[in-house]
Amino acid sequence: MSSEPIPPKGISTPETAQVRASEDGEVIYRHGQRLDHAEAASKPLRSAPEKQPRGARIRGNRPIDQAEAAARFIAAPEHEEMHDARLWDLRHKRDREMQVIPEWETLRALASAIKEHTLTHLDEYLEQFEAHAQGNGVHVHWARDAAEHNRIVHGILRDHGARSLIKSKSMLTEECGMRHYMASVGIEVIETDLGERIQQLDNEDPSHVVVPAVHKLRTDVAEVFAKTIGTDPDNSDVHYLAESQREATRPLILDADAGMTGCNFAVADTGTVTVCTNEGNADLSANVPKLHIASIGIEKIIPRLEHLAVFVRLLSRSALGSPITQYTSHFRGPREGGEMHFVLVDNGRSARLGMEEFWTSLKCIRCGACMNTCPVYRRSGGLSYGATYSGPIGIIIDPTFNARKYSNLPFASTLNGSCTNVCPVKINIHEQIYAWRRELVKQHEVPFVKKVAMKAAGEVLSRPAVYRAAVATANAAIDHLPRFVIYNGLNAWGKHREVPNPPDQSFHSWYQQNRGEKP
Amino acid sequence: MSSRDDILAAIRNNRPKLDRPLPDVPAFDAGAPSSLVAMFKASLTRMGGLFLDPPESGDPVQPVLEKIASAKIVCSTVPEVSGNRVIGSVRSPAALADVDFAIVRATFAVAETGSVLLDDVHLGLNAVAYLAQHLIVLLDPADILLNLHHAYRRPEFRERHYAVFHTGPSATADIEGVLIHGAQGVRSLSVLPLPRTVTSARQS
Repeated sequence: MSSEPIPPKGISTPETAQVRASEDGEVIYRHGQRLDHAEAASKPLRSAPEKQPRGARIRGNRPIDQAEAAARFIAAPEHEEMHDARLWDLRHKRDREMQVIPEWETLRALASAIKEHTLTHLDEYLEQFEAHAQGNGVHVHWARDAAEHNRIVHGILRDHGARSLIKSKSMLTEECGMRHYMASVGIEVIETDLGERIQQLDNEDPSHVVVPAVHKLRTDVAEVFAKTIGTDPDNSDVHYLAESQREATRPLILDADAGMTGCNFAVADTGTVTVCTNEGNADLSANVPKLHIASIGIEKIIPRLEHLAVFVRLLSRSALGSPITQYTSHFRGPREGGEMHFVLVDNGRSARLGMEEFWTSLKCIRCGACMNTCPVYRRSGGLSYGATYSGPIGIIIDPTFNARKYSNLPFASTLNGSCTNVCPVKINIHEQIYAWRRELVKQHEVPFVKKVAMKAAGEVLSRPAVYRAAVATANAAIDHLPRFVIYNGLNAWGKHREVPNPPDQSFHSWYQQNRGEKP
Repeated sequence: MSSRDDILAAIRNNRPKLDRPLPDVPAFDAGAPSSLVAMFKASLTRMGGLFLDPPESGDPVQPVLEKIASAKIVCSTVPEVSGNRVIGSVRSPAALADVDFAIVRATFAVAETGSVLLDDVHLGLNAVAYLAQHLIVLLDPADILLNLHHAYRRPEFRERHYAVFHTGPSATADIEGVLIHGAQGVRSLSVLPLPRTVTSARQS
C-alpha cells in the first residue's frame, strides 16, 4: 500500500474514526467483530501487482477456446490465487448462513416449486403482471430479442430527449449488448455499480454475475482509474479507489437524463419490480432522474408477495453469505411527476422453455453460488468463457444462444455436482452439463478428440464391471505411467493441474473386502 | 403479430405440460425470540448499521441531536427533530446533493435481517435516502416484525409506489473483498428506537 486511506468527505462523525481503528486498516469492526456483510471477505486477502490476464479470444462464430484463456489466467498466480480464495470465501460464508437457518432446505424446495409452477404457467402470470403494472401507471413494452430491447429503450430515451442514462447492474442488458448499441446512437451510458463501472471503464465484460470485477486485483483497478478518472496511478489503496469513483460518478448521477435498473423478481399480483443491490445505486438510478426504465427477463416473474419472501431470504445468503442485500427495493409505480417503463424481454427464453432437458435452467435467480463453488470457474476466471454468462449456470445457458460458438463450454466442468448442491432453486446443473455434452455431440458441434474420449467414457460409465476394472487400471496407471502420458496434449484437464494421488484402494474393492459378505 | 402476442404464443406452445402446483408458504415463526428489539439490533449491527441506544432519561432524541450537532445541512422529514432543509421546498432530487444528514421514519422493521422499511410517503422525495451523506431512521419498537414472511404481508407493498428495505449503509467490496461503507449512497445508517407520537402517526 502506497498511502494512507483518504478520509471520507463530508461530515466527520465519531463512528468514522472508531470503526476504522483496528490492527488491519482495511477492515471495519463493530463491537470487536469484523464486519463481512455484502461482498466483503471474511478474512484478509492480499495480492502483489501482476499484469492482468485477459479473457477468451473472440473470433466471430468460431468456438470459444475456454481452456486456452484459462491457461493464461492460471499462468498469472496472483490473479488466480486471489480469485480462488475470494470466491471460496463467499462459498464458505454462504455455508455459514445456511447452517443457522433450520428451514433452509424447505426454502430451497419452495423456491424450486414456485419457479416450476410459474414457468409452466408463464403466459398467465406475464399477462397478470402487465395488467397490474399498467393499472399502476407503468408503460409496459415487450421485446422478442436483444435488438428489439435496445430499440425500445432507445425509443423511450429519444421521446424524452434523453442523452445520458445512469444504470444499475443488469445481466440482461449485458446479454443484449445494450452499452455498445447506445454508444452507436450517441447515448452516454454510465454504470453506477462499482464493479460494473470498473469493467465499463476498462472496456471489458463483467466476469461474474454478482461481483463483476472479481478477477481484477487492486493494482489493475488503480491502472484503469488512473487512465480514466485521473487517480494517482501509484495509489492502489482500496478505500481511495472506491472514494474516487464515488466522487467521479456523483455529478454524472445528478445530471443524468434517465435511469435504468434490471429486475430480480417481478411480482405478478402487484406489478412490482424488485431490485437487490448493496450500493443503493439502483435506487439512485431510479429516483434521481424523472424517467425510470426497468429491463426484465420474462423468467423473473413470481406469482405473489408471499413468494418474494422465499427468494429474498435465499438470494443474498446464497450469493454472498450475507442475510440480505443492503437494499431491497420495490418499484410499483412512477413517483409524482415521473415516468416508469418496464421492458419484458424474451431473447431465447420462450424457446428454452420448450427444451425438455434444459427448461429448468430458467429457474435461475442469478445468485452466482454455482460459480463460487466451481473448481473450474474459480481457477479459470469468468472471462475465459467468452460469454455473457460464465461458470456452471453459464455453460448450460450459453449453448442455447449459440451452440457452435459455445460448444466447448459444457466441457469446462468436472461434473462434481457441487453447483447443483448449492443452487438455491435446485437446478440440476451438473446433469444438464452432461446432457449438453450429449446434445452437442448429436449436433456435431464437438471436436473429434473430445468425441472419442466421450464415447469411451460413455461405454465405461454405462457398465459397472468395466468401470471398476478401468478405475483399478487407471489408479495403477497414474502410479506408474511417465508424466508425459498423463499430461499430454489430448487431456486438456491435465495441462494445468497435478492429477490427485489415487487412493490405494477404491471404495468398491474396500467394501467387497470388508463388508462384502455381510448382509 | 405484435411482439407481445408472439412471445405469449411461443410460451403457450413451448411451456412444459406438467402439473406443478403452487405451494403454500409458511410464516416460519415458531420459536420466535422474546425480544424482537434485541434480535433487530444484533442483525442491524452485523450489516454495518448503527443502533442508537435510547437515553434512560431526558430528551429521547438526544442521540440524534448529538449526531447532527456539527452538520451544516440537515433534512428532516419527521416532526420529532427539526432540520434546516425542508423537503417540501426541494424542487428536484439533485438539489438534495448537499445534505449531510437526512432523518426519516421507518414504516416498520424486520428483526431477522435488521432491515427498516422506508416508503415514498415517509420519504417525501425518495432520493433523500441515497443522496444524503448519512441517514438516521426513527423506528417505533412496536413496528418490528419477526421475519420477511411477516413483512411481505404488510399493506404498504400493495399501496405504495416505492418501498425499500435498508439494511445498513450503502456498501461494496467489489475490489478484493475490502468492505467500503458509502459506495454510492449513504456512508452510515443509524436507527433510533422511538415510539411514534400522535403527529408522526397521523403523517403516515
